[in-house]
Amino acid sequence: MIAAIATPTTTWYLLLGAVLFSIGVIGVMVRRNPLILFMCVELMLNAVNLTFIALARRLGDIGGQSTVLFVMVVAAAEVVVGLGIVVAILRRKPNATTDDMAELKG
Amino acid sequence: MLDLVWLIPALPLAGFLCILLFGRKMGDPRSGYFATAMVGASFLVTVGVFLDLMSKTAEERTHVRTLFQWIPVGSLKVDLAFLADPLSITMCLFVTGIGTLIHLYAVGYMHGDSRFSKFFLYLNLFAFSMLILVLGSNMLVTFLGWEGVGTCSYFLIAFWHEKDSAATAGKKAFITNRVGDWGFMMAMFFAFWAVGSLDYSVINQAAETVGLPGGLGQTTATAIALFSFIGACGKSAQLPLYLWLPDAMEGPTPVSALIHAATMVTAGVYLMVRINPVLSVSSGYAGWIIAGVGAATALFAATVAVAQNDIKKVLAYSTVSQLGYMFLAVGSGAYVAAIFHMVTHAFFKALLFLGSGSVIHGMHHEQDMRKMGALRVLMPITAGTFIIGWLAIAGVPPFAGFWSKDEILLFAYDKSPILYVVGLATALLTAYYMTRQVIMVFFGKARWRDAHEEHGAHGDLHASDTTPHESPVTMVAPLVVLAGLSIVGGLLQLPSWGWIPHGLQHRLEAWLEPVVEFGEHPLSRSAYDLSGILALVAIACAVAGIAAAVMVYAKHRVKAVEPEILADAWGYDRAVSNFMGGPGRQAFDGVAWVDAHVVDGAVNGTGELVRGTAGKVRKLQTGNVRTYAAAIGAGVVLLLVWFVVVRGIL
Repeated sequence: MIAAIATPTTTWYLLLGAVLFSIGVIGVMVRRNPLILFMCVELMLNAVNLTFIALARRLGDIGGQSTVLFVMVVAAAEVVVGLGIVVAILRRKPNATTDDMAELKG
Repeated sequence: MLDLVWLIPALPLAGFLCILLFGRKMGDPRSGYFATAMVGASFLVTVGVFLDLMSKTAEERTHVRTLFQWIPVGSLKVDLAFLADPLSITMCLFVTGIGTLIHLYAVGYMHGDSRFSKFFLYLNLFAFSMLILVLGSNMLVTFLGWEGVGTCSYFLIAFWHEKDSAATAGKKAFITNRVGDWGFMMAMFFAFWAVGSLDYSVINQAAETVGLPGGLGQTTATAIALFSFIGACGKSAQLPLYLWLPDAMEGPTPVSALIHAATMVTAGVYLMVRINPVLSVSSGYAGWIIAGVGAATALFAATVAVAQNDIKKVLAYSTVSQLGYMFLAVGSGAYVAAIFHMVTHAFFKALLFLGSGSVIHGMHHEQDMRKMGALRVLMPITAGTFIIGWLAIAGVPPFAGFWSKDEILLFAYDKSPILYVVGLATALLTAYYMTRQVIMVFFGKARWRDAHEEHGAHGDLHASDTTPHESPVTMVAPLVVLAGLSIVGGLLQLPSWGWIPHGLQHRLEAWLEPVVEFGEHPLSRSAYDLSGILALVAIACAVAGIAAAVMVYAKHRVKAVEPEILADAWGYDRAVSNFMGGPGRQAFDGVAWVDAHVVDGAVNGTGELVRGTAGKVRKLQTGNVRTYAAAIGAGVVLLLVWFVVVRGIL
């Protein structure tokens, strides 16, 4: 029984991924600091990555692993652009929150 | 030489462009001579092409020169192509030939006008458009020229647009022609719908195989023929669309001679002859309608001409009447006779118009015949040539008009005695009113003297300046040439009477053979046998008309009958004006209201609806990132619910 608990199954990883993803979603919805928002988005991406890896291992399919590599590369690129925008915004308006940036509202 | 057929319209176009750019610099009279030279060069090219065609056998006399593909849209393929065949080259010959003479004449006539070079600009553009019209190998190219001549006609009628009446006449001509253009366009649509092409060769080919697979149906052929005829009615001033032509006399006289007598107004006849196979296979009533309208117009206009006092108005109504003759010929299936009369009419009517222009010029822009008289002494060349033109139009042998009119009457007789009688009555009236005009202008008392003495009493000391004078040589030279042509024009197509050498008979018919051989109505034996007698009757009519006019206007034995209603053109013009100004205008206002409120309303309403909805919906874009995130999250949840619960996946 203990051995069974000590040996993590795929389900554990999927559950962890789901929890991490939910934290990310809630973070995006409730926090206002753009940097935190960013980190939450990254968290969601990596939660999905975790799910990919877990299922790839379970199904013995290399496709999931290679997708994760793509996601990481794209995420890195996205961070570069996103951080650039965040820095630019904070320079113009120090301590700005996301709610302060609603100039494009209809 | 045949490949150079494109040069025929290109030369006047070059003239137009040069005068457009350098006209002011060339000035008066150099721009005029330049324009004349361009049309003259075009005439020389035409002669070259003509000789080339003459040397070929009848079957080889059709040559198409394609410049480029103009409109390739789906199954509609229209080439900018020129068709050199006996018909188009005949037209080109007299358009450029008479055009050159009239250009030369205009150099003298327009001398001193403040817009001298502009006049020749339009004149060259007109020559270009007219040549495009006759040379086009498909209906659309012809339509291009058709609209071009209409536009030039508008410019030239309204050339002296400072005068209110000239500006109005220009607009009237343009708008009336639009009605006819509608018919032409409908004919094009029908032709394309039925045979899938606008090429004359394809349409005529389809007509020649009528009833067979791939051929034209009789009903369609009738529709094409009658819609073309509506177009022709507009351009060639037939009832009920003739009314722009008398007003068009507001333009300078060379314009009246070139456009409103010799060339443009014959475009309708040309179109009908061009599609003669379609006409000949259409239902019998189509020919009756065309012949009937032609005969009615001929008689109607001749009665009106009897009571006109303006020297040019007489000739204008006479032109309408003679064009009626041509349509009478077309309706009777006598296409060669129609072309023959078109050519001889171009000779003598251009001559008469230029003669009247010379008189107007000599009389210092006086157009009222009641103030003329005895001008033969002061203007001997004008008078002499005008008298030749008069004899030609009156139908006195051996002048040109006799032969062509006689041939039309012969075919009209073959079609129906009623048409023949109408034609004969017209011939009689023609002889009558033309004699009246000649007597009023060139014979009798010098009434201008009274007018001028009256003038003198008001302090005008330069009486000698106001005496009518003969026109300069540039004006009388074309008169002499045209007079010569009016005398010998009949040689083109002499009838087959025993005493005429066989080689001289029916020359024009032999030449036009490839174009009209399918459609030409074969003359019945009985009419053929009667041709000699019919000619004598026609001569008798002409002589009777002349004699009657001499009795009335020269000898004053009989009082002149010039009822008000004839001078007023049977009130037709006024009736149309009243109708269009009254109920017509109200109807158009109604249509305009429907357009503004219903049609535009639908369009604007759609726009308003979209704008209003968008104004509301755009509020959804709050610009708040967290709201968007929540919306996306909710969307994901809903999708999951959809897939799991509704679709049952997992």
